Order: sequence, then structure tokens, then C-alpha cells
Amino acid sequence: MLRVHDLEHVRDGAPPTFSGVSFEIAAGSVATIAGASGAGKTTLLRCLAGLEPFQRGTIELPTLQVVANGDHRVRRGHERLRGHVGLVFQSLELFPHLSALANCVLAPMRVHRVSRADAERRAHALLEQLGLADKADAFPARLSGGQRQRVAIARALAMHPSVLLYDEPTSALDPSLRAEVVETLRRVRTTGVAQLVVTHDATLADGLADARFTLAAGALTPTAR
Amino acid sequence: MLPASCAGARTRKAVRPTDALAHELGVRARPIQAQWELLLELLGRGDFDVALNGIEAAPEKERVCRLSRPYYAAAERLTVRRDDAGAPTDLGALRGRAVGTLPSSLAERILARAGAVVRTYEGGQNEIYADLALGRTDAVLLDAPITRYYAEIDPRFRVVDGAFGEVRYAVAMRRDDAALAAAIDDALGTLARRGVLRGIYERWGLWNAETATLLGDLAPSTSTVAEAFEAWRAAVGALPPFLTRLREWYPRGQALFVRGALMTLALSFVAMGLAIPLGVLLALARTYGASPLRWLATGYIEFMRGTPLLVQLVMLYFGLPELGVTLDPFIAGALGLGLNYAAAEAENYRAGLESVPAAQLEAAWALNLSTAQAVRWVVGPQAVRVAIPPATNDFIALLKDSSLVSLITLTELTKTYVMLANATRDHLGLGLVVALWYLAIGLPFARLARRAELRLGRHLRTA
Repeated sequence: MLRVHDLEHVRDGAPPTFSGVSFEIAAGSVATIAGASGAGKTTLLRCLAGLEPFQRGTIELPTLQVVANGDHRVRRGHERLRGHVGLVFQSLELFPHLSALANCVLAPMRVHRVSRADAERRAHALLEQLGLADKADAFPARLSGGQRQRVAIARALAMHPSVLLYDEPTSALDPSLRAEVVETLRRVRTTGVAQLVVTHDATLADGLADARFTLAAGALTPTAR
Repeated sequence: MLPASCAGARTRKAVRPTDALAHELGVRARPIQAQWELLLELLGRGDFDVALNGIEAAPEKERVCRLSRPYYAAAERLTVRRDDAGAPTDLGALRGRAVGTLPSSLAERILARAGAVVRTYEGGQNEIYADLALGRTDAVLLDAPITRYYAEIDPRFRVVDGAFGEVRYAVAMRRDDAALAAAIDDALGTLARRGVLRGIYERWGLWNAETATLLGDLAPSTSTVAEAFEAWRAAVGALPPFLTRLREWYPRGQALFVRGALMTLALSFVAMGLAIPLGVLLALARTYGASPLRWLATGYIEFMRGTPLLVQLVMLYFGLPELGVTLDPFIAGALGLGLNYAAAEAENYRAGLESVPAAQLEAAWALNLSTAQAVRWVVGPQAVRVAIPPATNDFIALLKDSSLVSLITLTELTKTYVMLANATRDHLGLGLVVALWYLAIGLPFARLARRAELRLGRHLRTA
């Protein structure tokens, strides 16, 4: 579950990137956000993932609520979102020196102090669920684009996030892999994680999305069917 | 100022004043390599207790050290090229002419007074006469013993008749060592009376009228053959052919090179052992530190990179004692090299850290890793591979730069080469030998580093 209320982001000296952004995604449902390049979609995801501070509003998860204090100079607080919100980067950013499995166990072991055995057990389960059972020991350079994307998803899910964010999941892939991405979203939905997909591909999640939004001129509005 | 090769020519009888003096005092002399013009500096620093190597007995020296009674006297002799018709032959003719000699010597002061253009040489006597032969200088003014050993045996030179001044050699000690000075004066008196000094000087062909007067021993010479001098002349007069040197000389000289190589290796490894961790800290401070830390690291790096290593070594070795910190030569050398190379290493590691895309750090943050954890597990391992080639380069440069420590009395490979080459005048052949030694040390290391780099990069191969 993810609940966002009245979110505003201002970069020093510029008009707000967006303001008054409110929406909610229930556990196990999928939402999409469409919008032109430069509309602020990626910035919104970065705020939700705890990589960037926001100046007004509230982000609420089942276990955590982060309220902006309105002070530009304060650069903390939003960082608490990290790990509770998973982010699949547009460029994926797998750790190239680590195998698929090692990518998935690093954060649970170092952040949650999970034992290696437990972390690997969960990572194997996630990789298998995403159709990568035989790729656990492969380094990212040996994987296809689609396989790499699924490793990135497994790496985020290994931290037990309440919500998983995707930044343009089809942009780096061959168009023929569009169906594979939709299939992956469907599989992840069965885990009960809320999913938010930012994409310029307006019809990507047709038949899967529970809610669809458009970010334009700094405001988020439901997309008309 | 006897030639370096004398060190190897030991017999039952004392062959050098040092040995005779040590024997008389009932001690064992432990020789320490040092640059001649730094001898009094090093003596004051406590690197050794006695300096006995052609130290001129001059009143101004009494300000910095205590001098014994003179044990040898000699004339200053002028050497010119035999084929130089316009060669200067008296003091007046030296005005405006280029003349070579040793720095801070009586000869230098005589030349300066005569208005000559004085060229002084740090390296040793070979270079002084080599430049005269090449026409870079018009004359050389040096003490008679040096003239005898370097100029008289060379047919290209002519030694001008007559003395241009008289120099006396004395033993130097620290000013507060009164008891030692008294003992040495006593011992020198005894050695002179018993004719031991005279025996040594005659053996080396250095007995002269000045010394006879100084020691009050005016009896005519009994021995006419200066065996040690003849042996030296035979040795340097004709360099055996290269193949003979390769078969007979070089294998015998390897023990000295092994000692030098061990010193080079020990210095380089200790220095690198310091440079690597310090470099890592500096690179991290400069890349991820808060502003004051970043400025400190940047300041350190710029200072160390922007000033000569030689200046840093001299400051460490001769400057720190002014603040009451006197370092052992090896520690000072390794510390100086290590502190200097840490700056270079820091820049290598920074390049490595910055070669990793910033998004990798963000990906780690998004997984709730701290910056320290991200550097340790994500950025650092990727940076190491990038930093290995320039770090290898620096290690090999360090192997070579370690030769600068010969200034602070350590004898490593390069110093070994220079001393042997000066003694035997085989600069080319021994140069090849020492080059092989450096390659033998550096190449396996380069190979090892290449393998480590490939191993760390194996995950990047796509097929």
C-alpha cells in the first residue's frame, strides 16, 4: 500500500516540479503514470524512493509515514523511505561485479543483518519466481536485457518493500519484450506488493492497471479512458 | 678521499687510515655511505660519530664540528687537457675560465678568489675529469691525491707543475665529543710516530713532502713501489673486454647488487604499504568527505605532488631534527617515499571511484545501504580494477625513485651502481647490469598486477 497526499517538490529557485499530488495504490494493485519527457515523472519516483527530499505533503506506507517539514535546508527524513520502497531504475543499475544472486543478497545482509543462508534462500525463491532459477550465478554482463530487468526487480523485492516503482521499464528493451514486462508485473502482483509504473507507453498496462494517471504541468490527474 | 674500490682490498696490514685508527682505538669501524659535502651535516645529526674522508682542516669548520690534528697534507694541483694549447697554467690565467672541482672545498674557494667560473660536481671525481676531457671545462683544481688517481694516469691530461695551495685533512667529530677527540689525537700521534700512517700513504703512492713536514718524518723513502696504487692503475687503466667482464667481473659483483636490490625492495614495499592505506583515506576524504576534510585532503595531495620528493626527504631527514625528531635513515626514507606516493595513489583511487557511475551509488542508497556500505561493497570493488594499472605504474616509479634515499646514507641499487661504476669506470657495462636488476624486480610485479586486473574484470566479459 502507498498513500500520497498533497506532495510538492521544489528545486532551489525554480517553480515547483509538481504540487498537490495525491493518489493511493492498494496492496497487490498496479497503477501507471504517463507524461511527456521532463514532466517530472522520474523526480516523483525519486521522492517516493527516498532519494530526493520533498517540500510539502505526506508519503504513507503501512509501516511508515514521512511528512515534509517544509524546510528546504533539511535533507533528512525522506531517507527513511529507502528500502521500504523499491525502485527499478530505467538503467537498472545492477552491480556489475556481483552475480545475480549476490546482487539480491547484498542489501538484506548488510542492512537487515539477515544471515547469508536466509538471504540466499529468499533470493533463490525470488529469482525462480521471476523465471531466473538457472541464472543465479551469472554476472549481469552475461544476461539479456529482460533477464537483467528481472534481476533488478528481484533485488528490490528482496528488501520486502511495500511498493515497487518502475521507471520506464520498456524503454531499454526491445519492443518485442513488452509482453514479457507485462507478464512480470502480473507475477509480482501475486506477491501482494503495490506497483507503480512510470511510462510514456500509455497502453502498456492495459488490462492490468487498476488506476492510470497523467502527470502534466506539475499536476497529477486520473487519465480518462 | 681514497677511491671507493679500496674498500674491497683488505690485507692483514691496515690499508686505510680508518682501519689503523680504529685498531689503535680498540674499536671496529663501521663505514657508512654518504655524500661528501653532507658529511658534517650527517655527523651533527648523529648518523655516525666520526667523519674521516678528506675533511679539510679549516677554521670555519670548527663552528659546526670538532677537528682532530691533521693526519695528511697535500698540495692543490691544476690539471688541463694535454692538447689544449691555450690551457691556463697559473692562478691569474684562471680568471673567467671554466674550472671544475668539488663543492665546499679549499679548491673551490681558491678558484672563486682567482675569479674563475667554478663548476662543482655532486657526483664525484669521475664527472669532473670527464667534463674536462670533453672540453666543457678548461681545467680542474683538486687535491693532489685525487689528481694522482684520476688525472695522472690519464694520457689525455697534463698536471701543471707547482702547488696552488695546501690542504690538510683532519678527522671530524661532534663538538661535544671532547673525550673522543682527545683519544683520536693521541692515536693519530702514535700512528704517526710509529710510521704506520707513512706506511699506508706509501702503499697508496700518497706520501709527499707536505705530509712529511706535517708528521715531522723527513727520512727518505724506503719503499719505492706503491703497490696499491699500481694495482689501481692496472685495474682502471685498461678495462677488460665486455665478454671478460661479463664472465668474471659481474658475477663477482652480484653480492653488492643483491644487497642493493634488497634495500630497494624493502624501501619500496614499506613505502607502498604506507602509501596504499593513506591513499585510500585521502581519496575517500576527497571524494565523499565534508568540505573541511575535502580541503585538507586536497591540500595534502597538492603539496606532496607539487613539491620535489628530494626536498621532502631532506626536510624529513635534516629538518625534523631541528624540531627534536631524529629519524633512522631507513624509516625516514620509507616515510618520505610513502607520504609522497600516498598523494599519487590517492589520485589513482579517486579516478577509480569517479569512474563508477553515480547512479550505482544511488542504486545502493535506494536499497537503504549507507554511503559507507555502498563504497565498501558497490563502488570500491569496481574502482579497484580501474585503479590497478596506474597504481602499478606508480609502484614501478617508486622502485626507481627509491634511489633518492642514497642522499640520506642508504645504499640501494642505483647507489651501488654509481659507486661500482665510479670505482671501475665501467659505466656502460654495469649500467646494463643494474638495468637488468630493476627489470627483474619490476616486470614480475607488472605481470602480477595485470593478472589481478584481468581477474577483477572477468565479470565484464559477455561471452
